[in-house]
Amino acid sequence: MENNNYEPVKKVSIIISKNSLENVYPGLIMANGALMEGMDAVLFFTFFGTDVVTKNRMDKLQIKDVNNFMSHMPAPNGPMPENLTQFVTDQIMAQFDSMDIPPVGEFLEMIHDGGGQIFACKAMADMFHLTKDDLCDEVDDIISVGKMYEVSAGAQIIYT
Amino acid sequence: MATLEINGKTIPVDEDGYLENLEDWDKEVAAFLAKQEGIDTLTDGHWAVIEVMQKTFKETGTGPSLRKLSKASGVPTKELYQLFPKGPAKKAAKVAGIPKPTGCV
Repeated sequence: MENNNYEPVKKVSIIISKNSLENVYPGLIMANGALMEGMDAVLFFTFFGTDVVTKNRMDKLQIKDVNNFMSHMPAPNGPMPENLTQFVTDQIMAQFDSMDIPPVGEFLEMIHDGGGQIFACKAMADMFHLTKDDLCDEVDDIISVGKMYEVSAGAQIIYT
Repeated sequence: MATLEINGKTIPVDEDGYLENLEDWDKEVAAFLAKQEGIDTLTDGHWAVIEVMQKTFKETGTGPSLRKLSKASGVPTKELYQLFPKGPAKKAAKVAGIPKPTGCV
């Protein structure tokens, strides 16, 4: 692939600010992909993205834009499922599984094991009354926005 | 086309240094490619991963990306990064003499 004379990307700092699966997965895939390419990666979870690293919420994330997904999928046999959000979420997670894309918890573990740094936002931890014990083991620390910029030194910052 | 000179043999490689033909691969070539990637000595752990890379490539026509590699080899992600630092799937593929994996995860 042509890369001309541009300096290659060496580090990414990805901010995940939402908790819907369609907004969470791109950030996780980009962070993991960076590590797989030998780059450094930082993940910073803020606002509702904090749910992704919160123990009692991380396994309950759902697809939010159900209509958008329904337009890409064959109509279900029989009547529409009562809980369409859960139906679409289950379909997508099954599809991910078949593509070797792991569930959120395992994905965070992969990223952390690959040397990715994972942080939660201090303001949101304060707002939601969360301590480090409420967050999954992969979270390195709860940090301020100033510290987020500090750990992002030299990185391309990507907001999702 | 780019080539490597290893023990008097001229071996064609692509622009990223991956072997063009797996038939050119042997353990000496692997050791040469590993050194290029900063791995001084190939241990049993490396060879086990290399074997899985080649087996998957022969079966599917493509090298496994990271999660598939971890599942197929039974080697945890953390250990893969220790064996092949800074990009285990692509480095293991290069040392194994197969093309760079194209998977995203």
